[in-house]
Amino acid sequence: MEQQLNIKGCEFLTKTTDANEIFIPEEFDEEQTMIAQTCQDFLETEVFCNLDRIDQKEEGLMRSILEKSGELGLLGISLPEEYGGFGQSFLTSMYANEVLGAGYSFSVAYSAHTGIGTLPIAYYGNQDQKDRYLPKLASGEAMAAFCLTEPGAGSDANAGKTKAVLSEDEKYYILNGQKMWITNGGFADVQVVFAKIGSDRILSALIVDGNSEGIEIKPEEAKMGIKGSSTVQIFYNDVKVPVENLLGRRGEGFRIALYTLHMGRIKLGGNVIGAAKRAITQSVNYANERKQFGTLISGFGSIKYKLAEQVIRNFANESAVYRASKNVDEAIEAYQQGGMEYGKSHMEAFVQYEAEAALLKVYGSEMLDYVVDEMVQIMGGMGFSSEMPADRAYRDSRINRIFEGTNEINRIWVADTVVKRGHKHKIDVFGQAKQVMEELEASEFKAHPSSGYFEDKAFFIDRFKKIALMIIEAASNKFGRKMAHEQEILNNLSDIVTLTYVAESTMLRIQKRESIQAQGDQNLYRDILDVLMVDVADTIRKYAMDAIYSMDSEEDEEKYRRGIQHFTDVPMVNVKAARRRIADKLIEENRYCF
Amino acid sequence: MKILVCISNVPDTTTKVRFVNDNTQLDTSGIQWVINPWDELALTRALQLKEDSSNSIESVTVVHVGEKGSEPTIRKALAIGADDAIRVNADPLDAFFTASQLAEVIRQRDFDIIFTGIESSDYNGAAVGGMLSELLGYPSVSAVSSFEMENDQAKIIREIDGGKEQISSSLPLVVIAQKGIAIEPRIANMRGIMMARKKKLEVVEPVETEPMVEFADYQLPQAKPPCKMIDPENVQELVDVLQNEAKVI
Repeated sequence: MEQQLNIKGCEFLTKTTDANEIFIPEEFDEEQTMIAQTCQDFLETEVFCNLDRIDQKEEGLMRSILEKSGELGLLGISLPEEYGGFGQSFLTSMYANEVLGAGYSFSVAYSAHTGIGTLPIAYYGNQDQKDRYLPKLASGEAMAAFCLTEPGAGSDANAGKTKAVLSEDEKYYILNGQKMWITNGGFADVQVVFAKIGSDRILSALIVDGNSEGIEIKPEEAKMGIKGSSTVQIFYNDVKVPVENLLGRRGEGFRIALYTLHMGRIKLGGNVIGAAKRAITQSVNYANERKQFGTLISGFGSIKYKLAEQVIRNFANESAVYRASKNVDEAIEAYQQGGMEYGKSHMEAFVQYEAEAALLKVYGSEMLDYVVDEMVQIMGGMGFSSEMPADRAYRDSRINRIFEGTNEINRIWVADTVVKRGHKHKIDVFGQAKQVMEELEASEFKAHPSSGYFEDKAFFIDRFKKIALMIIEAASNKFGRKMAHEQEILNNLSDIVTLTYVAESTMLRIQKRESIQAQGDQNLYRDILDVLMVDVADTIRKYAMDAIYSMDSEEDEEKYRRGIQHFTDVPMVNVKAARRRIADKLIEENRYCF
Repeated sequence: MKILVCISNVPDTTTKVRFVNDNTQLDTSGIQWVINPWDELALTRALQLKEDSSNSIESVTVVHVGEKGSEPTIRKALAIGADDAIRVNADPLDAFFTASQLAEVIRQRDFDIIFTGIESSDYNGAAVGGMLSELLGYPSVSAVSSFEMENDQAKIIREIDGGKEQISSSLPLVVIAQKGIAIEPRIANMRGIMMARKKKLEVVEPVETEPMVEFADYQLPQAKPPCKMIDPENVQELVDVLQNEAKVI
């Protein structure tokens, strides 16, 4: 079934993609645009005017806002119509997530409910469970939470101690344990709780009624950011969970948790786009009002640099997120055509692109942290004032690098997945790596046949891929199965893979923009790509050198060094002028407009 | 009873306005188009009236004079809740042209209440509603901030200088709505958005009408001159600047 896919997960490393094969956000249709507009209108009318009240956790407010979003149908966008949803594609739900991602704490509550809270039931629930829960979750009558983390089980989720013991009459599981950092936990009616049944060593998933006797909700956590979202510890003291509430099979909990997080990660990559666009608009609004030395600060090169970088990184992230999202939809469709049922087709599609999801989570969360950090800086002293929007944006961004799997876990996941798929021959990592090694042995590298703007860019992106393959080969030879212990090198590899994917996605998007004659000055988009390529090449060069020189392979170091230098030797451009042109467009429009 | 709501397709109010072709045409590149805010409020009120079963309102139709590119705005109105739509396939050249096209649509069909917004937020002509009622020979009430139905009579409140005026009118009637006719526009919900593509959007060709005016030139407001700071101790300089530079005293 995997063979029917246009491109398999991780395969971008070993395969050239044509611009016409990818989806770009410029192609959203009228209906998708209208859904996005509804999300925007909803934020304007229900969220932005209530931000302080939300952050003060006014009793019942978050739940009532979620319920209102349910009245508009926003809680069931991608759920099947027979359960009260609207049957929209994953791509459409990502677009909604992007827009709502600008909603600070609300965005977190929304994502937790519609994503990790609801979708495990949609994908793993049996008919009875779906009938009982999904219509209420889609309408907003019931709210959901995902209860995985425990005091001793964070990144190591399988170390959880929560136990479920079958009752004597075999009608119930008796649940005991403690969960923490539970988003929406303060008001969730439906909890997907991960626990070990009996003496099992692996997790199972249970659907727990939030109003069950024996559930003790602890006070709301005091947090650095997303202060308005409910985050609590939950204690389970002899909670009776009907046996029919076992989600999936016994022992399938870890897989459910993991697969759900793959989905959550790519969604997070989408969420941060909306947050970043809002922060960029607020940054340029301020820069266009604030005068120093008799001139608007948006006229200064230092500020233009920051504004342009905000745009470039967000644009790059957005290009990659929607490329991957469309791949997920295509996989779902291919799997269903091959006879796979609804839930399994979705989960298998997320697993297929698990590395892309993880790298998007890392790149997106760090992109937003950059954007909000520079937002504070552009606003100067006022940026540090709680009266300005930078305060909330800065604090709320930080969690993105931690939840849905820390960026540290996700970096390892990216590198590990690429290597594993190479070993399993799912992608031709090692075959192509051998060719790269042969190229390194040759006395001269092949000359670069300059043939056109995009061909030149593609040529170097292909070389970035060669660097990734080279490091995989070198590290595999050096460390073998012990590579997992070399986390620093895996991080280097992961970042190289990530930057390559993001740069390639940006290039393909801009190429496709031109071919479909999308609105806007195409030269500005080429500026974005030019600057991104220079920066990516530079960063890849550093990480590749770090990785190679961390292997202590002295006899091969010179060979690798020469290769890395050559493969990252992209043509330089006047990055100052390019960034200024990007910033000037932003300054002229006084809003994010790319 | 049937309601017709006339809607314009206007640039979003945050649009950066630029002109092309020697300042005779709006530069439409990059513009996000929306339902004219006053029309959107009128549509909201029309839908509220229909939802109140005591009014026996059969349908709410929207009509728009515009080319195919404006159909997303029409479908937005359908997504918000209008039952069907008519598009007169023509560039709305001026107010008279637009009113003439709308009048023809209304003559061909029966509508009891015709809503228009008081003006469109792009050209602010505020002329179509009045012209429409004249062309149809219907009564019209302008600056309507409240509209109710009572025993087949329209009960209207309109804003007048320094107060409010209550009016009662028979139907058919042209209601020229302003802010207050509804509190807030409705947000299209998911069901509405998905229904919109299934609802009827009839396209009719325009009747021959010569526009009465043509647009010769647009001028953007002059940029504000730079602010001149004067030391508060230096009153004489302030007076001098106000007298001789600003020429306001």
